[in-house]
Amino acid sequence: MNIVVTLKQTFDTEAKIALKDGKIDDAGVKQIINPYDEFAIEEALKITEADGGEVILVSVGGSETVIRTGLAMGADRAVIVSDPELADVDEWAGAEALAKAIGTLEYDFIIGGRIAVDDGSAQVGIRLAEALGIPSVSSILKLEIADGKATAVREIDGGTETIEVPLPSVLTAQKGLNEPRLPSMKGIMAAKRKEIKTLTLADLGTSAAELAAKAKITDYSLPTPRTAGKVIPGEPAEAAAELARLLREEAKVI
Amino acid sequence: MDFQLTEEHDMIRDTVRDFAENRCGPGAEERDENEEFPVDLWHEAAELGLSGITFPEDFGGAGMDYISYAICVEELSRVDPSMGVTISAHSSLGSNPINLFGTDEQKEKYLTPLATGEKLGAFGLTESMAGTDASGTRTTAVLDGDEYVINGSKLFITNGYYADTYVITAQMDKEKGNKGISMFIIEKDTPGFTFGKKEKKMGIRSSATYELIFENCRIPKENMLGEQGKGFKQALTTLDYGRIGIASQALGIAQGSYELALKYSKERTQFGKTLSEFQITQFKLADMEIKIDAARLLVYKAAWIADAHHTEGSGVTAADVSKSAAIAKTFASETANEVARQGVQILGGYGYTRDYAAERFMRDAKITEIYEGTSEAQRMVIASHILRD
Repeated sequence: MNIVVTLKQTFDTEAKIALKDGKIDDAGVKQIINPYDEFAIEEALKITEADGGEVILVSVGGSETVIRTGLAMGADRAVIVSDPELADVDEWAGAEALAKAIGTLEYDFIIGGRIAVDDGSAQVGIRLAEALGIPSVSSILKLEIADGKATAVREIDGGTETIEVPLPSVLTAQKGLNEPRLPSMKGIMAAKRKEIKTLTLADLGTSAAELAAKAKITDYSLPTPRTAGKVIPGEPAEAAAELARLLREEAKVI
Repeated sequence: MDFQLTEEHDMIRDTVRDFAENRCGPGAEERDENEEFPVDLWHEAAELGLSGITFPEDFGGAGMDYISYAICVEELSRVDPSMGVTISAHSSLGSNPINLFGTDEQKEKYLTPLATGEKLGAFGLTESMAGTDASGTRTTAVLDGDEYVINGSKLFITNGYYADTYVITAQMDKEKGNKGISMFIIEKDTPGFTFGKKEKKMGIRSSATYELIFENCRIPKENMLGEQGKGFKQALTTLDYGRIGIASQALGIAQGSYELALKYSKERTQFGKTLSEFQITQFKLADMEIKIDAARLLVYKAAWIADAHHTEGSGVTAADVSKSAAIAKTFASETANEVARQGVQILGGYGYTRDYAAERFMRDAKITEIYEGTSEAQRMVIASHILRD
């Protein structure tokens, strides 16, 4: 069974976000594999370790350094779509580029993260399935592959539902699907020898004009910084009365 | 000249840091309190490959360089210095002598399971009358037919009791002094090999430290490691490499103490200001950072020299390894003690309680100035290299 895992490079979850010239400043920021994509890698590795086959990582953008972490976890090889012409990638363009890159591969199904922790759009996996004309199941918590079918338990409001889809299809991983492994020392050494293929837009038979973003980000703003908390001194009864007064008159919440 | 670590080094740091913070961190305080050796964590570390970082892939290792090893021990010790020394003693002391001096058969039989982490290793050199002066070795080995008969005891053995494979030194010809000492591999559960008391220590309390006792313990003749009469010299070489591990442990302790003090200083307010806004704290933090940075450069340089020594045509000698490792260990261990002491000071009363790791780091730091050669012994080593020419 060959499994394609879609990866996105994102800021480290502990990175401090700063704006520069109206854009997010990535200077000095540590980049990682989107944590939800790690669930996807883990699930793919578990399946191929049991049944054989290859795990192929596919990413639009992303550095070799970050993608190699996925290879160190145990994936077999990687494909990166990288082109200086591809500057602004929205969800549509990202999915189209992924679809073209994945189109060159032989695979049984595709799995990726439910959402990227940077822009949080949760669209690309589903758009990818649309672009390829195959079914998709999002936010999966459990997966079984048998007889050319995927049986996935997915998260819905207040519960779960179980969906069966034919393969190939696109699945997106929700937190809880598994516990991603750390790259082992041997994995890190082995990753050095694994193939990372870089494809340009021309290699995919497309161009920057064809993949021009349909959505345009007009402005970024940072959340208002949290102000320091206030300690109300005094006897419990007095302090409680003062708290109620402040909630009513200053915070205007009661 | 390039101070940039490689992509692999960064990946190793990320992996070990994640493991240290998420697996070793929770429970470190409790294990310290209960003086409990974490068998399960050792197995998890082995699963990650931390048991055989520098050993050849042919013998179950990862085939990585000493800088990788230094980063690993540093990152473990930044969170849990006991775990740092468990890996360091297993790798540098228990396993490396077999890697350096063993025959292919010995490597196949003993190094492979140590490198894969199937087995835990330990090393026995110190005795009650043989500390810095190893010539006081009283443990004896006598050939009897196809077996050596070992008698004596070894003191303060890290990973003792829990380890499966022990490399020890024993005297075969007292007349010859140090040149009568040889090295042997002894497996746990060999009849005549038992354990004495478990040491109650000031720090690294969840690292196991035991006495090894040999009473007519018979081991096969082929378990002599290296050359007969070269055991003392082999032990010194083993310690040269081992000191890179302890220097890395000290570096990690310093880093952990510093980060805790830095975080606390930005949160704790007195006189309406955070501690970090007082110049006295700022200068303390700056001094910590200066020393840690210098220690890290020395530790990584020693690791780099160890790697270069194994690279053909580098011209880097065994003496270079010995000298640079001694320098790194001396400076890093003294840095760990100074930084941990200042760390407690910045946390004040809280730092003195066991609610914060600051006091644990301070207790754990002390041993790095003592084991695998005291700071005084390191200065003897360094001076002997300086005065050789």
